[in-house]
Amino acid sequence: MSGRHGIRKSRWLPAYVTVYLGFLYLPILLLPIFSFNDAASTTFPLAGFTTKWYASLWGNTAMLVAARNSLIVGICVSVLSTGLAICAARAVTRYKFRGQHAATGLLMAPLFLPEIIVAVSLLMIVLQLGIELSLATVILGQTVFCLPYALSVLISGFDGFDRSLEEASLDLGETAIGTFRRVTLPVVAPAIISSLLVSFTISLDEFILAFFLSGTEPTLPVYIWGQLRFAAKLPGVLALGSLMIALSIILITIAEILRRRAENRLKAGASVHG
Amino acid sequence: MADTPMIEIDAVSRYYGIYRALDDVSLDIAAGEFFSLLGPSGCGKTTLLRSIAGFDTPTSGDIRIDGQSAIGLPPNKRPTNMVFQNYAIFPHLNVEENVGYGLKRLKLDADDERRRIGNALEQVRLAHLGKRKAHELSGGQRQRVALARALVMRPKVLLLDEPLSALDKKLREEMQVELRTLQKAVGITFVLVTHDQYEALAMSDRIAVMFGGRIAQVATPKEIYQHPLTRQVADFLGGMNFMQAKITSESAVNLSVETTRFGNVTIAKPKGFTASNGQATIGIRPERLRVLWDDAKADCEVTGHVVDRHYFGEITHLIVEVPGLEKPLSVSETNNFGADDIPVGAPIRLAYDPDALVAMAS
Repeated sequence: MSGRHGIRKSRWLPAYVTVYLGFLYLPILLLPIFSFNDAASTTFPLAGFTTKWYASLWGNTAMLVAARNSLIVGICVSVLSTGLAICAARAVTRYKFRGQHAATGLLMAPLFLPEIIVAVSLLMIVLQLGIELSLATVILGQTVFCLPYALSVLISGFDGFDRSLEEASLDLGETAIGTFRRVTLPVVAPAIISSLLVSFTISLDEFILAFFLSGTEPTLPVYIWGQLRFAAKLPGVLALGSLMIALSIILITIAEILRRRAENRLKAGASVHG
Repeated sequence: MADTPMIEIDAVSRYYGIYRALDDVSLDIAAGEFFSLLGPSGCGKTTLLRSIAGFDTPTSGDIRIDGQSAIGLPPNKRPTNMVFQNYAIFPHLNVEENVGYGLKRLKLDADDERRRIGNALEQVRLAHLGKRKAHELSGGQRQRVALARALVMRPKVLLLDEPLSALDKKLREEMQVELRTLQKAVGITFVLVTHDQYEALAMSDRIAVMFGGRIAQVATPKEIYQHPLTRQVADFLGGMNFMQAKITSESAVNLSVETTRFGNVTIAKPKGFTASNGQATIGIRPERLRVLWDDAKADCEVTGHVVDRHYFGEITHLIVEVPGLEKPLSVSETNNFGADDIPVGAPIRLAYDPDALVAMAS
């Protein structure tokens, strides 16, 4: 029997896919399962259902401080990296200039640099300059790290932007500033929001840079790392981890939906087919 | 036609580096005229249109709109509006918001604004689709939105950049009639850019044919089709049987030529004509050669035999070899009398009117 493209169906392929997906997602699934388990140890069989680990998070001041830190860092990082990426993405998609591909490559390169090396380098510079480690240094470091992600989201969002939309606006009597406000911004807004969400999510989950650069103000991942020394704290960490996974999935899903919607809309604006 | 032209293109040139997109173009377009810029891609027609709109600035020369120089005026300060080739419908706005986009700047009172939007949508027969989003519209509907959005501004000049090229053939032909009717109804000067000669012939009051950044001829559709000034113009607007003829005498307005198979004729001398080696290029349109059936006689005849035949539904193209002519004649004959049944290889007699012969500058 042959498949749709004439490839013989293999008995091994479904097994392979199952193992593959299991490898990817089973460990993450364990997290929420144990976070509802009424026992301090993470072993099977499960002891019973409880939400007390979640409840305990509310009374945990250190955790709440870390969460607040993460929120501050996440918001600053997403705004900074998206702001910088908007300028770069517009330049790359709108204009043709010498060294365009090299510039794009340089902007995207941090994506492939070993993060720990980047973190060590940043730490060295910060210490050399005599700057005290704080949330500000984490923000700077993570902005560098998030920039390529924001950039790739925005480039795909701006690429379909049809220049004639801005020309049509000018032609209809609108000024350059008015055109930016009434046409450019609304049309690319979904891509910008999507970039903000992606940057925020990456910042929220980022550990290495935060660990090196945060000093005495931990973000959530750094806080979790600190808690792992205490076996008794593990269920609480599992609950916190489950919440972070849920939040990440929600944010990334919204970002992807927005990105696709923006893409379709741009296609509709530029398309000439009936 | 009014005394002062609505648009005066005065010795306009546009260089991109050393490439001349427009080369000393001068042109007057009258108020209320439906004017077409016709030519192959890269001939400069779009650059000229965009210069009128203000999206491109001539390297030299002047463009006056309604008597006022537009050089240095940005597009939003010009009394022109444009229908873009891809329509450029704002994707985040619905049909009404698209049409009302430019009116927002005018700060009209709400009733007035609504009325103008309503009128514009009615003009293009889209009144029922006011709340539709851009991506829910068909190609023809988008085109109407783009039209309404420009017309609602009551421009002195409406510029249309290949507005029909994205539509399928049937819709395109419908829109040709509709655009023409609309233009007569609103009385606004229309300047249309197109590479489709039938579109230009069907819609325009006058046509400017452009090649290589220059204007080859400006005339009415009929004049331009029947009396093309140059071989290039004749070739671009439909078929033409070209021949070389020997000049026997030449006056200020006329040429007398001796042809190999079309006798000695005197024809109008085109502007800018220069003889080469005492020879002139003359031609006759394929539909001006008629098949002579059976014993029918005509004052002027050529004889030959059919070497090929192409069927096009209502007409048939016959390729007729005539002894003494360097190239076979192309003949376009309606199928009413059975031109589609003439066998290849058959002898054939063709009638022509000597007035149908034209001389062209090379």
